[in-house]
Amino acid sequence: MVQEAQEAAHKVQSEAQTQAGGASAAVRALILTGFGINCEEEFAAAYRLAGAEPTIVHLNQVLHGQVSIHDFDVLNFPGGFSFGDDLGSGVVLANKLRYRQTGANGRTLLDDIRQFIADGKFVLGICNGFQVLVKLGLLPNLGGNVTPEVTLTHNASGRYEDRWVTLRVNPNTTTPFLTGIDTLEVPVRHGEGRLVIPDAALQQRIEASGLNCLSYLDANGDGTHVYPFNPNGAALNCAGLTDPTGQVFGLMPHPEAFLSAYNHPDWARRRRQNPHAGEEGEGLRIFKNIVAHIAHARSAATPAAELATQK
Amino acid sequence: MSDNTAQSTHTIQLTLKPGQHDGDGQRVAEAAARHLGLRTGRVRSAALYTVRYPLSETQLRDFATRCLADPVLHEVRLNELSGADGYATYILEARRPGVTDDEGTSAQNALADLLNEPLDVHTQHIFSKKLYLLENDLPADDLRRIAEELLGNKLINWLEVGRVADGIRDYTPRPGGGAEAITEVVSLTGLSDAELLQLSKENIYALNLEEMRAVRDYFAAPETQEERKAAALPADPTDCELEIIAQTWSEHCKHKEFAAIINYKDTETGEEKQIDSLFKTYIKNATSEVDRKLRANGNDWLIKVFSDNAGAVRINPDSLFVWKVETHNSPSAIDPYGGAITGILGNNRDPLATGIGGARLLFNTNVLCFGNPQYDGPLLTGQLHPRRILEGVRKGIEDGGNKSGVPTVNGAIVFDDRYAGKPLVYCGTGAVMPMQFAGKDSWEKIIDAGDRIIMAGGRVGKDGIHGATFSSIELDETAPATAVQIGSPITQKLAMDFLLLAARRGLLKCSTDNGAGGLSSSVGELAGISGGAVVELERVPLKYPGLRPWEIFVSESQERFTLVVEPGKMADLLALGQEMEVELTDIGYFTADGFLDVRFDGAPVARLNMEFLHEGVPRKILEAEWTKPAAAEPEIPAATDYTPTLGQLLGSLNICSRESVIRQYDHEVKGRTIVKPLMGATGQAPQDAAVVRFNFESWEGVAVSNGILPRYGDLDAYHMSAGSFDEAVRQIIAVGGKLPNLTPGDGIFWSVNDNFCVPDSVYDATTNSDGKQKLAKLVRMCEALRDATAAYCIPLTSGKDSMKNDFKADGVKISVPPTVLYSMTAKMEDVRRAITSDFKQADDVVYLLGETYDELGGSEYYALHGQLGANVPKVDFEKAKALYTLVGQANDQHLIQSCHDLSDGGLAVALAECTFGYDCGASIELPATGLPLPVQLFSESHSRFLATVAPEDVVAFEQLLGQRATRLGLVTKEARLLVRHAGSTVISADAATLRSIWSNGPVNQLLGVGEVAHLNHPPAV
Repeated sequence: MVQEAQEAAHKVQSEAQTQAGGASAAVRALILTGFGINCEEEFAAAYRLAGAEPTIVHLNQVLHGQVSIHDFDVLNFPGGFSFGDDLGSGVVLANKLRYRQTGANGRTLLDDIRQFIADGKFVLGICNGFQVLVKLGLLPNLGGNVTPEVTLTHNASGRYEDRWVTLRVNPNTTTPFLTGIDTLEVPVRHGEGRLVIPDAALQQRIEASGLNCLSYLDANGDGTHVYPFNPNGAALNCAGLTDPTGQVFGLMPHPEAFLSAYNHPDWARRRRQNPHAGEEGEGLRIFKNIVAHIAHARSAATPAAELATQK
Repeated sequence: MSDNTAQSTHTIQLTLKPGQHDGDGQRVAEAAARHLGLRTGRVRSAALYTVRYPLSETQLRDFATRCLADPVLHEVRLNELSGADGYATYILEARRPGVTDDEGTSAQNALADLLNEPLDVHTQHIFSKKLYLLENDLPADDLRRIAEELLGNKLINWLEVGRVADGIRDYTPRPGGGAEAITEVVSLTGLSDAELLQLSKENIYALNLEEMRAVRDYFAAPETQEERKAAALPADPTDCELEIIAQTWSEHCKHKEFAAIINYKDTETGEEKQIDSLFKTYIKNATSEVDRKLRANGNDWLIKVFSDNAGAVRINPDSLFVWKVETHNSPSAIDPYGGAITGILGNNRDPLATGIGGARLLFNTNVLCFGNPQYDGPLLTGQLHPRRILEGVRKGIEDGGNKSGVPTVNGAIVFDDRYAGKPLVYCGTGAVMPMQFAGKDSWEKIIDAGDRIIMAGGRVGKDGIHGATFSSIELDETAPATAVQIGSPITQKLAMDFLLLAARRGLLKCSTDNGAGGLSSSVGELAGISGGAVVELERVPLKYPGLRPWEIFVSESQERFTLVVEPGKMADLLALGQEMEVELTDIGYFTADGFLDVRFDGAPVARLNMEFLHEGVPRKILEAEWTKPAAAEPEIPAATDYTPTLGQLLGSLNICSRESVIRQYDHEVKGRTIVKPLMGATGQAPQDAAVVRFNFESWEGVAVSNGILPRYGDLDAYHMSAGSFDEAVRQIIAVGGKLPNLTPGDGIFWSVNDNFCVPDSVYDATTNSDGKQKLAKLVRMCEALRDATAAYCIPLTSGKDSMKNDFKADGVKISVPPTVLYSMTAKMEDVRRAITSDFKQADDVVYLLGETYDELGGSEYYALHGQLGANVPKVDFEKAKALYTLVGQANDQHLIQSCHDLSDGGLAVALAECTFGYDCGASIELPATGLPLPVQLFSESHSRFLATVAPEDVVAFEQLLGQRATRLGLVTKEARLLVRHAGSTVISADAATLRSIWSNGPVNQLLGVGEVAHLNHPPAV
């Protein structure tokens, strides 16, 4: 049944694990949901369209050990309002990952995520997911000890906003998520997307390492702090960050909401001007990039190396 | 550090570090100056958390610094409630007992994670508050105004104000206490008519004399007495029984006026007739007739109408589209934020709990009617300022939709002074449900005796008690605070996620939502299916102690569903609930003995005959008398240049841009919105209807529109209703939709909800002397509805009526104009064929489709001149249908580049709006039709479009459309709107200027990011 294609993804543990054990060809994306996360379906669609095998699971199934993140290649934190964003966006979810013990040995999910990254795997957070990664300290993580270094807070306008913006990819970024992308149009839909960097030294280190991988552009194609092109007043006009490894990537705008050309507000005129253009949305490129990167790395790796990274 | 003394109450205060932007504080300062004329000086905001839980000092500090404070932004103070240097006064905003505190709940969640110990999250341990420090030494009265008129609502917030120097007074609610779990008996025997009425009023039963007598007679009847004796119930009714009857018989739940016998008289023609139920005659029967025509033509997609929480139509062999629109007017009048958010969440629960339950929500739509937000006169006792209602409702919709992850794809805002007492808040939700869940038809509600009754989701408190009965009476200054509540989108999101999985795993037999009337309504209605139920109220989880049994039964506490579960599936269901952190409670079982049997700790609380409960309400007999209002066309001096008029219209309250509102709603979460409210390269071209695709695997989708034209009702309610219906239809045609049933088995479903919101229309010589005329208007609205459904072959699938939209205070009554909203959805076979309104390319040819008549009555053009006029626009259904069919064919042949429906402000406004998407212009020559120029420019005649066609398609288009298309001119590269008539230029304006007037209209001025320029400083590093 087409409509309910995502059901399969909801039917978690048993299938998730059998898939993980069996087919080695597909890139496996784990998409967390529950507690107010609400972009999991388009996230799954993005990976499906990019040729990967998405699995949506409730966060509790990971916390309770029914699903292991280590059976997957890329861990995803979708957008939404986890726990209603009541204490600040992403705060309660980050708190849960950091403190909630998942086993008798005092291990937390954050411990697993650090292991996951150390294994060379990838983490993507969009909007609320990005906020979670920042509040956890996984981004930018210059210090390497997963301590919050910067924050995302209320937009300078003081309001939630849904509008389309244009982003430029920092040429110095090394993250495979953004390979070959120069600019990108995407919608923002948030009330707390203003990046605040507490001191100049830290800002310099972020810039020097090219961790500020995406910036908001004005109509002339220049980076801007001017509203509404920069919808939130972010430091460095920054819309997204990576960690120094480039494996962890988070951004405020929603590439998963631009999977089809028909998502763009100006699609009708664009299709008229360019009737033979593809029907894919620009946002899909990010997902195709990471899926291709993982598939490529896997095919390049020797079987022994692959075994080693999978533990 | 001594770490052994675990105190039980703590205060945590978070303030922003120096240099961090205090947006909250700044907004308070600006709003006080702007709306109240008060100079606060700088305002500094702080978040407060009171923790009533034993924590060591270390635990408290860890909790505050690691879980609550943002290390980059906040400073933390523990156990001190202090001001700051340079701030003279303060306002502390807390919540009253029992009011939803999501922030407190989330903090509690975080505390449990930090401590890694189970913390009963259903007992409130943490209370969140806000503290504002103000620089200026304002007198207490001024502080109180800021507190009550800008920050909080007296009905739900506890507000403390004063001088910092005198010490900051704190407040933490202590819920509970109050009444014990007792049931009282209310004797009706021997009460006089006056006493019966008094009883009804005092207890907010909202029952009239005849209904009170019917209740009295039921209990006095010998067979009732015998049954009660046998069941060990007192002879007299219990408080719970009267509450159940009052709620079940409320106008809100029973639609008594739509079911009444109406004696209708037309004073002009002398015609008299008797209408046996408006609902049956004009809505149900009309839809049955449409269904017959559809089925005769192989279109059998109408699956469920009028019999469940929402209507259902078939999309394809695999899935159903479920559609419901409701109103939440009364609560929004007294607490706009709470009223609107519970409206959205409540309406979401309707499709969620249709049939078995577990539909996937696809989109929301909202239509709002407010008084003039720029009003600066005095307010009546208990009346909130229209601006405040607008802002509160807007925020409620933002949180209700955004936090649920449901896109708000479409809507409308209508302004009229008569909505200043009660606003109208319409909430619509579309959803998709598989045809089957675990092999069972998803839309069916089947219940057998022995099935368990499970309450799922939130807990029960005193909130929302009497909502159903309260909304069935007119509003006055004594409105009860318990009728208001704050929704918790996150609690509902958890319950929704749970329901989705439970349904797909086949664990649910069926479900319904707990809305108006609470358990009394949900269990009472479901019990009608099996033939009875037993409810054990002591099992119902409460937010706090002290509720009486009847309160537990009728409480409207939000975010709850009632589930029907086979005993054998209970274990799996409970396990899933635990996994997903949704509280499930078994509160009883269904029976087939014909009684609704309610108990508390084994003692009988209520036992009512189901037939009496559902069928025993006496039928109303109402009088309607139609007198055509006297109206005349005004004399407005002709002008030679209508550019200034066009500017005035574009900047008028009912036409200007709503961008500031639209952008605060997430309209594209789920990634399926194809036509959004604003489109084009500029993102500022207004669209006629939304288009949403169902999934990522096919291009099938649905178009969504709303028709509402209350102004025309002042001239003729029939034409108002017909016009509203047509408006919604033509909006869907404009975005590329097609009428249903044009070809055999085409499967193009349409699903329409009607929502009537009218003033009290029951005649009373002293209190409602024009009641007959008001009811006559309602009759005429219904007649138009019947005619429209028959003409277009478009069925209604669900609807709602709200009958008492009056606000009374200080001896003044403000009544809404009779209003009807038609909310339409129609299947789009391929969303890629959708059409947007904006002009696309220079040299495209501009056409007017349809005919313009001398119909300026009720127009925005007349309103600009303070006139109403007489010539109300009328719909010619047959001509309209023929045109809509042609437009559909033209689109099938890819002939249309843009299409915009003509409505408020007529052709001139539509022309301007079409240039907003991409900075282009148009050169227009109005035809010599013999109509006066203002009529051509501003008439709001129905069933018309402004369309553009590529030069290469002109021949084919004109051949197809024939006389129905009038060639007006060309789209131009130059961004100027130029309109000529009979050799002279009548409008000449820069398109960017027009767009600027429109987008800087009063709505965006009031709610827009006006102050953003100085907020947007470069990063402070």
